[in-house]
Amino acid sequence: MAPKTLYDKHIDSHTIRKLDEHGHVLLYIDRQVANEYTSPQAFSGLREAGRKVRRPSATLGVVDHVNPTAPRRTAEVADAGGARQVSYFGRNCEDFGIELFDILDGRQGIEHVVAPEQGFILPGMVVAAGDSHTTTYGALGAFGFGIGTSEIEHVLATQTLAYKKLKAMRVVVNGPLAPGVTSKDVIMALIGRIGASGASGYAIEFSGSAIDDLSVEARMTICNMAVEAGARGAFMAPDEKVYAYLADKPRAPKGEMWERAVAHWRTLYSDPGARFDREVTLEAGELAPMVTWGTSPDQVVSIEGRVPDPAGEPDPLRRMDMQRALRYMDLAPGTRLDALPITHAFIGSCTNSRIEDLRAAAGVLRGRKVAPGVRAMIVPGSTPVKRQAEEEGLARQFIDAGFEWRQSGCSMCLAMNDDVLAPGDRCASSTNRNFEGRQGAGARTHLMSPAMVVEAAIAGRLADVRTAHAANPEA
Amino acid sequence: MEPFTREQGVAAPLLSANIDTDVIMPKQFLKGIDRAGLDRGVFHDLRFLPEGGPNPEFVLNRAPWRDARFLVVGPNFGCGSSREHAVWGLRQLGIRALIGSSFAGIFFDNCQRNGVLLIELDQERVGEIGEWVSEAGSATLEIDLPAQTITLANGVVVAFDIDGLRKDVLISGLDAIDRTLTMSDRIERFEARHFADQPWLA
Repeated sequence: MAPKTLYDKHIDSHTIRKLDEHGHVLLYIDRQVANEYTSPQAFSGLREAGRKVRRPSATLGVVDHVNPTAPRRTAEVADAGGARQVSYFGRNCEDFGIELFDILDGRQGIEHVVAPEQGFILPGMVVAAGDSHTTTYGALGAFGFGIGTSEIEHVLATQTLAYKKLKAMRVVVNGPLAPGVTSKDVIMALIGRIGASGASGYAIEFSGSAIDDLSVEARMTICNMAVEAGARGAFMAPDEKVYAYLADKPRAPKGEMWERAVAHWRTLYSDPGARFDREVTLEAGELAPMVTWGTSPDQVVSIEGRVPDPAGEPDPLRRMDMQRALRYMDLAPGTRLDALPITHAFIGSCTNSRIEDLRAAAGVLRGRKVAPGVRAMIVPGSTPVKRQAEEEGLARQFIDAGFEWRQSGCSMCLAMNDDVLAPGDRCASSTNRNFEGRQGAGARTHLMSPAMVVEAAIAGRLADVRTAHAANPEA
Repeated sequence: MEPFTREQGVAAPLLSANIDTDVIMPKQFLKGIDRAGLDRGVFHDLRFLPEGGPNPEFVLNRAPWRDARFLVVGPNFGCGSSREHAVWGLRQLGIRALIGSSFAGIFFDNCQRNGVLLIELDQERVGEIGEWVSEAGSATLEIDLPAQTITLANGVVVAFDIDGLRKDVLISGLDAIDRTLTMSDRIERFEARHFADQPWLA
């Protein structure tokens, strides 16, 4: 038998039948996570057609996008639209028999933080959900991908999707990472290397000693953001770290079932000699902390770098895009990234808001304070993460340093709730998208790791977390 | 879903790379539980000035492109968020097809599910068509899906590829869930075997 990639194994084991000879299959979906903002029209579609949800226990509902994150938690959503979405979502989950983590639930949080935390996602599963960052689940050895509302309705009604198989890319990251460099920097460097559509049409398998060395949560950051390179799925083979991560999760199998499951999960890897359509190698030791300068995640340089000059770009279309990005970001070519003053610092999002992210962020505080004039916010990825950070004393450290310590939600990653930047604000952000208007109309986003956000908040400008104790670098 | 066969109309050029779904449909239009009012939201921050009036510079506010039925777009159009609101809005604006060199995956599927035809051509050819439709006098073209051709205003015919399954669905306008439900017995048999092999998935 021909050697298979892990992607082949994911798809083959979930293929109900072929639909044609060009790679279309009817694909079984093991799990779906639903939120209040992309699901309403899907449920309305079911209601209008008089259809049922085929398998209610395969879907978990989580309110995350529109809820406020103010320090005192209430069930109220200030704006009428968001309130209507939360209320309709509650009714839909109840009427169709779907379990819901509502705003006041002690397990509420960002769906991609919550689902792994509850053991709802397991290795080998195929997961489709109405949010592009569903790729996150690849860190557990599952295959997750984002879908639109019509496809949510299709999964609810049939537990399947008509799916076209992607090409397979392998990204090998040779370790180890240099101090101060994180998995966020790895994925940002990859996006910079291959471009915002570099993995379009591909599923990425990450491997290499740098990946092996990373924790499961750090791997989630990589799989999460792979969609910013266009990947429709990104994953790693599950290993002992994954099994240790899952062992005590509420919904993971237990006892003899656990043993059987782990035995199966150990078969989930790419066979030796399996063929990939594209291979990319990164040397982790050569990477520095990364920051974006533009309005696309591939407009990225190391913190030691400068804003590039469009004049040096030979392709006229790309040159025009760079000029447009510089205008929006109000930047001049040649400016040092570490000279850019900020007005806001934000740690949160499904990319970087887990307990390890908060530990790493607190770890660089060293008793220092947020710079005057900077509004700094921390929005934990889930209510359990928030609780744990409080128990570990991290929350106290953040508050003492001048950070706002808030409730969980998607918050200022996409600013669908009341956490919105004003035009001209410049934010150091641990999120995943620096698109125009993403954090507020006219607002400017620089993406980076959580530790780098803390460093920027303290310096009042973008700064290199590795040289924090040295004097200001000369411009 | 409205079937797509032969459509004629104006095509508007939007040739920047990586136009994301946040730009196509900004967050303030995502607060509905239906699809109402998204025609106002499409490209909102490009179409309207901060004071609220239309931005006269933006191509979709100028004749003849304000009546566009097609867009000629840059690489990786529709990247970012999964929000189908972007496609609902384009459809409400009257857009039936997009011509570009590459589209983001989720956006691609969302268009297909809403009867919006996506035509992928190499970037050079997209650039040529983009230049051609940028002239008011030659902005009209015709797309014939059964024949898989685009006919430009000067009579030049450009052929395009599309896989048979996608083409059939667009031409027939059939409901995807109805089609899948005809395979219910296969789904049931698969599920029984799947859960017998891996009972922790049930």
